[in-house]
Amino acid sequence: MLTFRCPYCGIDACETELAPGGEAHLKRFGPGSADADFEAYLFLRHNAKGVHFERWRHAMGCGKWFLAARCTATLEVFGTYPAQTPEPPQDIVAAIRAKRPDWSLS
Amino acid sequence: MSEFSVSALDGLSVGGSVTIREMGRQGMVSLRADLSAAAKAVARVTGAEMPAQRKISAGKECAVAWMSPDEVLILCAADQAGKIAFDLSEALTGQHHLALDISDARAMFSVTGEAGAIRDVLAKITPADIGALGLGEMRRTRLQQVAGAIWFEAGDEARVICFRSVARYVFDLLAMSAREGGTVGYHG
Ligand SMILES: [Zn+2]
Repeated sequence: MLTFRCPYCGIDACETELAPGGEAHLKRFGPGSADADFEAYLFLRHNAKGVHFERWRHAMGCGKWFLAARCTATLEVFGTYPAQTPEPPQDIVAAIRAKRPDWSLS
Repeated sequence: MSEFSVSALDGLSVGGSVTIREMGRQGMVSLRADLSAAAKAVARVTGAEMPAQRKISAGKECAVAWMSPDEVLILCAADQAGKIAFDLSEALTGQHHLALDISDARAMFSVTGEAGAIRDVLAKITPADIGALGLGEMRRTRLQQVAGAIWFEAGDEARVICFRSVARYVFDLLAMSAREGGTVGYHG
């Protein structure tokens, strides 16, 4: 079972209180963009086995979207941070590196 | 709210390891705003301090509960909700906000009995850590299939709120969780 601490209300929320929102930090390619970029934005995901950045919504709680870093293989959670964060913050990256020395932010 | 309005279950009650009662017409006002900027207006209208994260603060014949970083819920007498919503909107003129009487959109239940039995009944229907829920704290969570919120009014009374459309479902859920023969004894 996954438990994320919601950065907005501070609750340690069980996965069943949350709604998943897929991979985080996607760059949007909209109308007028190259076909390949648009396709990648719509369909292509890392689908990593290991460290993964995700969007979640505290749907059965405060209602806010937040971002989380976790391991898809072990369900270990490295941290959560506000949705208004364009890239993984330093403290989250440091927390991941401490547990996964071989990992790098690609 | 009209004089003809009735609550979702009209005061329905049931016994078991605890007593569950739908509380009749309950005033509720939702305020969405920048909470720090709205603190003065809320204090003037309700007499309550702006609650800290997840807390409930007491005002003049009402209570103000923190619901999210930009939302509080004001619990008051049913016939006061309209006036409180109106007064908040007046006090917040020029500030981006929404103050709305949502009394008819919600239902409220009281769960009374022995402190441990109440916590057991609630813990069976929510993933929230009910053992860690203190007095004066609002816990929004999941009540099996639906969203709801729980807080303790006193050691021997919890309150549960949900949307009116699922009031019967939540009542039945609480009643089933409190049914004789289903006691757990986990929370002492
Ligand atoms: Zn939350």
